Amino acid sequence: MTEPALTNPAATNAASKNAAPDNSVLSLRINGSVRSAAAVPAGASLLTALREHFDLPGTKNACEQGECGSCTVYLDGEAVCSCLVAARQARDRDVRTVEGLAEDAAPDAVQRAFIECGAVQCGFCTPGLIVAVHDLVHRTLSKANEGTDSAGQPDEAQIREALAGNLCRCTGYEKIIEAVRLATDELRAARGQVVAR
Amino acid sequence: MEFFAPTSWAEALETKAARPDAVPIAGGTDVMVELNFDLRRPSALLDLGRIRELKEWDVVGGTVHLGAAVPYARIISDLADRLPALAMAARTVGSPQIRNRATVGGNLGTASPAGDAHPALLATGAVVEAESFRGVRHIPIGGFFTGVKRSALASDELIRAVLIPTAAGPQQFAKVGSRNAMVIAVCSFALAVDLDRRTVGTGIGSAGPTPLAARAAERFLAGALDWTNLTVPVSAARRFGELVADAASPIDDVRGTAAYRRHALAVLATRALRWIRTTGGAERDREPIPA
Repeated sequence: MTEPALTNPAATNAASKNAAPDNSVLSLRINGSVRSAAAVPAGASLLTALREHFDLPGTKNACEQGECGSCTVYLDGEAVCSCLVAARQARDRDVRTVEGLAEDAAPDAVQRAFIECGAVQCGFCTPGLIVAVHDLVHRTLSKANEGTDSAGQPDEAQIREALAGNLCRCTGYEKIIEAVRLATDELRAARGQVVAR
Repeated sequence: MEFFAPTSWAEALETKAARPDAVPIAGGTDVMVELNFDLRRPSALLDLGRIRELKEWDVVGGTVHLGAAVPYARIISDLADRLPALAMAARTVGSPQIRNRATVGGNLGTASPAGDAHPALLATGAVVEAESFRGVRHIPIGGFFTGVKRSALASDELIRAVLIPTAAGPQQFAKVGSRNAMVIAVCSFALAVDLDRRTVGTGIGSAGPTPLAARAAERFLAGALDWTNLTVPVSAARRFGELVADAASPIDDVRGTAAYRRHALAVLATRALRWIRTTGGAERDREPIPA
């Protein structure tokens, strides 16, 4: 780094302290494990890091501008487009990808519902949709548990708004919406059993 | 490219002073698109995502101090009662994934004429709080936008917060696009009625080189409005729409023609006015308003 020309002494201090370029190893927690990679470029997206540096190709790259949702992952528990997060913004944060949804190496309720409903054709949008639906279903159920939404099942308008950031060019969305309902029902029933015990 | 990730506001200001070339990044929904498509190769990025105070909001003396990096999803969940026009606009931003990341500070930093927050900020008379190591500046929103994607921010300044008066009356926002989601506005309009001061605020998006306010329309409606029950004669509602359309200076582009934008703005303005009258609860919509 070149020494910046400055008149402000505080800023000069900052230059020595903060303006050190961040070219170090990138570490973050991915699907529960701390992972590290060297040589992730400063301008690289989290999507690129996941696919090319962490060998997790489940998250798909389609539009690279946040339009299609194929690259949806959880970042600190929130669904985001990984193409719009700089990889270094995720340093030390918690990322959960579609590879991290399975439970005991078996598909989770949302993945099972997609299979059951046939909510897949070419499959390219499916990983992003699975994460977005996982987010929708779990948010809906946690609201129902808090008593803020007694229904515990999103209506069609809510489903369509929640999935508006995920484009599917094959299915026409009907079977995806069925899968949302099925996954919600299944998870609600499972939680009911837990409560009943 | 270098990457700076300060953990405090003071460090961020110091870094920006040392490196005015560093491009601020928060939600990344604008910056990363430019990087992904190689439209821009900044020498450095300045990540504002680790500065906690930028992600908080507070109410001070009736004014919401909205941290620059509060994402739109939280504006919808936390501030729909205090900032209805901004919250309505927030709901039209991108998709849930985008709203979890995108911020008003980023919208302002990009200063696109199509930025979804801008009409609501104009209609409510917001103030941008910018800071550099030289000090804090409060920039009224009406003077913030200086050209297409240009703003009054200096190269060493960062946006710390936006100060927005708590709503003192009904507000509305309307936007035209080809879908309800993931749409850059063809045109948009915000309306804020202040029942205490008996003033009207407006904001127009995507219909000029900058977001802009329709001042003549504001003055006209403040005079024409029956402030007791928020009604206006049909002719006055039409005139309000015309004055809003007249304030715009749209162009023909890929999203729409200038003529369409003017027409649509008149429709949006009369529609927002009708919504304000019908969302007040009382029986207000006595006269049918066209469109």
